[in-house]
This record gives sequence, C-alpha cells and structure tokens, in this order.
Amino acid sequence: MNGTLYLLLGIFILALIVAVTVKLVKGRGELPSASTRAGLDAPPTAVTGDLVDVPPELAGLETVETPVPTSTLDVPAPTAGRLGRLRARLARSNSAIGQGLLALLSGATIDADTWQEVEDTLIVADLGVAPARELVERLKVRVAAEGTADPERVRTMLREELLAVVDPTLDRSLSTTREDGLPAVILVVGVNGTGKTTTTGKLARVLVADGRTVVLGAADTFRAAAADQLQTWGDRVGATVVRGPEGGDPASVAFDAVHEGITENVDTVLIDTAGRLHTKSGLMDELGKVKRVVERQVPVNEVLLVLDATTGQNGLTQARVFAEVVQVTGIVLTKLDGTAKGGIVVAVQRELGVPVKLVGLGEGPDDLAPFDPEAFVDALVG
Amino acid sequence: MFQSLSDRLAVTFKNLRGKGRLTEADIDQTVREIRVALLDADVALPVVREFCARVKERALGVEVSGALNPAQQVVKIVHEELVTILGGETRRLQLSKTPPTVIMLLGLQGAGKTTLAGKLAAWLKRNGHTPLLVAADLQRPNAVDQLQVVGERAGVPVYAPEPGSGVGDPVAVARQSIDFAVTKLHDIVIIDTAGRLAVDDDLMAQARGIRDAVNPDEVLLVVDAMIGQDALTTAESFMAGVGFDGVVLTKLDGDARGGAALSVRQVTGQPILFASTGEKLDDFDVFHPDRMASRILDMGDVLTLIEQAERVFDADEAARMAEKVSKGQDFTLEDFLQQMQAVKKMGSLSKLVGMLPGMGDVKAQLDQLDDRELDRVAAIIQSMTPAEREDPKILNGSRRARIARGSGTEVQNVNSLVERFGEAQKMMRQMSKGGGMPGMPGMPGMGGGGKKSKGKTAPPKAKKGRSGNPAKRAAQEARSLDDMLPGAVPSAPPATLDELPDEFRKLLGG
Repeated sequence: MNGTLYLLLGIFILALIVAVTVKLVKGRGELPSASTRAGLDAPPTAVTGDLVDVPPELAGLETVETPVPTSTLDVPAPTAGRLGRLRARLARSNSAIGQGLLALLSGATIDADTWQEVEDTLIVADLGVAPARELVERLKVRVAAEGTADPERVRTMLREELLAVVDPTLDRSLSTTREDGLPAVILVVGVNGTGKTTTTGKLARVLVADGRTVVLGAADTFRAAAADQLQTWGDRVGATVVRGPEGGDPASVAFDAVHEGITENVDTVLIDTAGRLHTKSGLMDELGKVKRVVERQVPVNEVLLVLDATTGQNGLTQARVFAEVVQVTGIVLTKLDGTAKGGIVVAVQRELGVPVKLVGLGEGPDDLAPFDPEAFVDALVG
Repeated sequence: MFQSLSDRLAVTFKNLRGKGRLTEADIDQTVREIRVALLDADVALPVVREFCARVKERALGVEVSGALNPAQQVVKIVHEELVTILGGETRRLQLSKTPPTVIMLLGLQGAGKTTLAGKLAAWLKRNGHTPLLVAADLQRPNAVDQLQVVGERAGVPVYAPEPGSGVGDPVAVARQSIDFAVTKLHDIVIIDTAGRLAVDDDLMAQARGIRDAVNPDEVLLVVDAMIGQDALTTAESFMAGVGFDGVVLTKLDGDARGGAALSVRQVTGQPILFASTGEKLDDFDVFHPDRMASRILDMGDVLTLIEQAERVFDADEAARMAEKVSKGQDFTLEDFLQQMQAVKKMGSLSKLVGMLPGMGDVKAQLDQLDDRELDRVAAIIQSMTPAEREDPKILNGSRRARIARGSGTEVQNVNSLVERFGEAQKMMRQMSKGGGMPGMPGMPGMGGGGKKSKGKTAPPKAKKGRSGNPAKRAAQEARSLDDMLPGAVPSAPPATLDELPDEFRKLLGG
C-alpha cells in the first residue's frame, strides 16, 4: 500500500462514477430531464426599434464627444452618424487583411496557393477553419463555373459569399418599446471581461438619446464594484439603477429592477448580469433563474450575448451554451475598434442563427452602433 | 464538434499500420491535421506555419522505432515541440534586490487585470511578502473601487489617491505609489493599469509613461485564454509599444484551448509565468508548459488531476479502500457514495473527465450529463438503509419504491443505478483478482464492463511503474510525462493489441 495506489484508486473510482452515472442517464431514456427549463421557450416578440434605422446618408457625420460635466446629466450623442464611424473604424482595423486579399487576387492566375492564402486570410480573421474552407470551396466552384480569372470579379464573388454567410436579411432590430403597458426587458449576458456592463451603460445612453425612459438592473452582484460601475453609467444619463447587496441573489435584483420598471412606467429595463464562464454549470443555472424570475412579471424581449471581438474559436462554444440556457436573441460584438476582426460571429450566426445586432467600437460613452453586415464584409475584403 | 488531435491522427494513420517509415506524403497529411488542430486551438496562423514546418522536418528524419507506431511518434514530436516553445521550464518572478519590486500589469480591456492583481497580491502575501496594490486604472468607471474591494478581500492595502472614472493622472499615481511603498515598507508594488487596445496610441504612450516613471522590475502582459488570432497582433504591439517581461494567462478555467499561449510565447519570446484558473482569489498558479501543451492538443491533463485528487482524498479513507479492494471484499454502495462525494470536491465531472486523456468518446456523452446527476445518484443512495447499501441484493420492489419516493426519483432510476452498480462491482472484483492493483496485468480482464470502461482504464495504465518513494517519484515525473500522452509510449512495448485500451488500439489502427 503506498501513496500512488491511493491516487490510482481515486482515479479509478472517478471512472467508476462516470460509468455508473453516465449509464444511469442513458437508462433514464426519455424521462423528462429535470434540467429542462419549461417556460423559457416563449419566443420574444420582435418589435422594430428605431435604433437600427439609421439613414446611411448621415454616415459622414462625426459624433462629437460630450464632455462630462460633473453635476449635470450627459446628453448622449444621437444614434445617427454612428454608422459612419463604424465604417471608418472597421476600415482601420481590417485594412491589412483587405489589402492582402486584393494583392493575392490581383495575380494573373489563381492557383492552389492563392486559394490557400485566401483561406488563411479568413482564418486569421477568426472565421474558423471549417467555415473558411467551406467558403473557399464555394468560391472555387463559382470561379470554375464562370471561368473567370479576373481578380476584381473574384473579389466581388468573395464579398457576395461572405455577405451571404452574414445574411443581411436577418432581422437585427432591437425590441425596446413598451408592449401591453409593460416595459421591454433586455438581459445582457456573456463570459467575464467581454464588456457587458459597458455595453449596458452605452445601450442605456442610446435609448435615452432616443427619448426612452430606462431602468438599469445591476444583477452583477459578484464582481467587485460592478454595480458601482453601472451606477456611474446610470447617473450620467439620469437612469434609475436598481441594485442589491454585493454577493446577493442576482435574480432578486433583476426582479426588483423589472418591478421598478413597471411601477415607474418606463419603456425599457436593462439588466446587466455577472460575467460567467459557460463551463460553470452552477453559474449558468443561476442565469437561467434570473431569466425565469423576470419572466414571472414580464416576458424578456431580448437576451443579448456580449462577445469580445478578440475571442477565438471558443466563442462558438460560449454562444452555444448561452443560447441553450437563456435563448440568446442577439449578439453584441465589442472591442471591434482594435485589430481583432471578430470573424467568430460568422460561425456563431451560421450555427445558431442568432444575428449580431450591435457593435462596440471603443471606450467612449457613445461608441455603440448598430451592426451593418455590408460594412462588416466590405471591411473584410477591403 | 472539434476532434482531438489524437482522434484526427488515428484516422489519418488507419492505413499506415505496418509501415516501417513514414513517407513524405504521409507526413504531409499528418502535418495538415496538426495544422487544423492548432488553428482550432486558436494558435496564430504564422506560428502554426512555422511550427508545422519544424514538426515536418523532425518527423521526416525520424526512424520508426519498434515500440512506437507512426502516429504515436508524431504526437510525441508535436508535444515535445510544444513544450519546448512554451518554455520548457517555469520561470519565477524576478524580485528586485533593493525593494520595492515593481510589477506592472498590462493588457487589453477585459483580460482580467484587476482581478489578477488581487490574485497576485494574495499569492505574494501567502509567500511572505507585503505587497501594495496601486490603482492606476483611472479610465474605466469604478475600476478603482473594484481594486479596493479586491484588495480588501486579499487583505492587501490599496494605494488609490485618485477617484478614477476618468479623473486623475495614472502616471503621477504610479510615481507617487513607489514613495508610498518605500515609506510603508511594502516590498512589492503591483500596478494595475487601464485596459488598452494595441492601436490606441494615446493610451500606449500613457503606459510607456507609467513604465518610465516607475521603472518596473516585471511588466506582465495579461492575456485572456479565449483570445483568437488577434493574440499575435496584440502581443506584438504591446511588445513594441511598451515591452513586457512575462505573460499571465487568465480564464483558463473555461474550455478554451488557449493556443494564444503558444502564439505569444513564440512571437515575443517572453515566458508565461502564471495561469489564473477561476474566480476565487486563490485560483492562481504558476504556469506549467507541459500541461498547456496537452491542453492545446486536447490531450488531457493527468498531472493536474492527480494533484487535485491528492488534495481531496483522505489518506486513511483511501487506505481502507485499497485494502478492501486488495482483499477482494465487495465495494459497497456506501463506499461508492463516499468516493463520489470526494470526487465532487474536485470539481465538475465533465471537467475532470476532460483532463483524462483518451476520453473523447465519453466526453460527448458527458456533455448531456449534468453534475446534478451525481446529486441524484447520491440522493438515491442516501435514501437506502445501511443494510441496503451494504447489500443491494435485498432490494425488493417495495424497498425500491420507498427509495424512489425518498429520493424524489423514479423506480426505474433506482433500478438502473442498482444494475449499473452491480456491473461496477463485478469490475472491481475482477480487478482485485487480477493482482489487486489497477494498471497491473489483471486490467485487461476488466473488459466485462463494456467498451466505455475499457477506455477508462487508460489513466491508471499510464501511470504504472511510478514509485511510491517520493524522491524516486520526482525523478520519474519527467519521464512519465511522455507516458501521459494518450496513444503515447507505454513504458514497455505492448505485448498484444488486445491488452491495450481502446484509445491505444485506435491509434495503432486496429
């Protein structure tokens, strides 16, 4: 009997437990699993908000940053004109890749190496190996069918194919208006450090700028000072922030926030949740509970998953798990003002059919814009 | 879903059995698989290219040895190369000869700098230092408050003269903090800076300003393990813009494979010092390149598992169990319950199984398995009387109905548990007959438990031959690492295919 043996035993026992439990689950067969979350499948009603309908003619407008006077409320920049900056910033972050593609395709002939390079370029944008391959395969077929070797034409085709994957026809509007006398509820979820609180704050500004009344729910009771951070955002635009004790039950904070929203007759209740890794089943259950509890009063209109543009292939797993637990209705792609391309959203949208609705473009309080598929793709292909 | 590298290679090598030497075409195909595996793990493309070229070169020159099949050999080469790049060995923090030692944290927004600052402070404090946290993130609303709370939790003072949220000059704060630390006799100063994008020239200049003002002994770049291809650009720009001496990888408790570790290390040449693996203050550890290599290749992490097991398993309890098994006594439901509760302390089941190499098949099933299933099993056992736990054979219909009621489950669940447990018991019995120790020749006989249980015998097997003597064991650690590889080098050449667990056999093309 020695120490190693204990460990061997321990691991063996782990194996046994897996054997017994896994088979037990299988044995349970069609028995309804206790984890089935009944009542969560009510589809959120899509109402067109005016956040998205920004006329592109205003695109050229450069938004002026509002200085923050200490005692008075901020006047957020109008939502119009944000698209222009999206273009400008995307162009900045993606120009290298675009030019790379152009250079590649401007060769006289398109050979296997070129295709490989095109594929690589897409991979570098975090599109993922499988989607990138698929796209290149489709492109190859089209090029062969048309018998063209004109680089400009190939580039257009690439753009079309990418656009088809991003699918501009998807409904990307945010449902933020009152319905049946009840406020619209938006739940903001995501893993740690993607920018949920910041996104919630910016979104509140957008809504206030559009003349809505907003209540913020600081359901991130875990991270130190998260509620203070949201409070700061709320104070700047004069939105009420409902908060609970640190380490308290996030579901109860969310419930209170919605309750406040109903009594105050506001248009929208935004609930910021704590960042949680999708691998922690306990925390994911907690999130499920937040949504369930809110839905006792008002249906949740939108569940926004905040994804960081720097996220790699793990983003797909994240989206999958979050979608399963809280039925994500839209994605917010943040930190797109950096060098990251955020190509993972293509894979996410392809697999889950959840559209990107908003993009975060920087640290400024008004750096949140509606997602524009064309601008996104244009930036990708240069 | 993504397949693990060993699964991919198993397919590639299916037809290669019996070949004495790999042809160039074989290797090309292998390298392509490695490329996809690395890209799926978010290793940056240029790094992948370079890496694959090197693996190819090495694989071409290698004679196929008798003990290893080609797939094993390639996996071994890949693993070795990964470990080499990731650092080969772990580096410690460089402490300044004249205190205070200044550590500056850098990184993108949301990488986890503030949380990490707290963890690092708590870790240093445990190691007998008196760290000081400095709130130089005056950008993000309430980052200062967050650091203060974190500092309070870690029991470490925080120097925060400015309220933050856009007010104050971080360079001045950093400069003053050094004097403050000197007067208050803190031997380490940890400066938490604002998250910044690599393309943001103003903020990069500010970071340089802080660096020049405090002349840090260590500048650490904090990198999120989930980061994708952008890791390369980020690391390069931070290297060029500010410069750093080491890297900390955060959020490793997720399921991201963390290819960024490889990219950053390869591109900047700076070592990875720490890994942060959870939300609690003590979820923080020095970085283990060998484990990271296995993780990037999705090959399991047996060493961490053993460490965790060591932490939770009670030695007396384990001794009792071992004796029971070796004497051929029956493993009862009571024992099972106890072991299960010990395992639960180690973390979620799927995470634990994920750390075992060669568990790909089971992992898929585990995805549907909730850890609450364990609770349910526990509830069923707890609803039994001691006599029933001792001998499940006495469970008749009415007893089963009672148990089901008591545990809030259905009779079928009780039935199924009892049945599965019977099978497990049989396995245990055979194991003790076969020599009393898993990993010994008796093991292959355990096949009675079906395909899955065979796969499960892989981990104990991999560790056979480790010495009970701690000193000897330490000496063996290094060597046994190779043995940890799934489909790798068993210590002795396998006698027959049938004796190998599934995973090995698959690799051998059987």
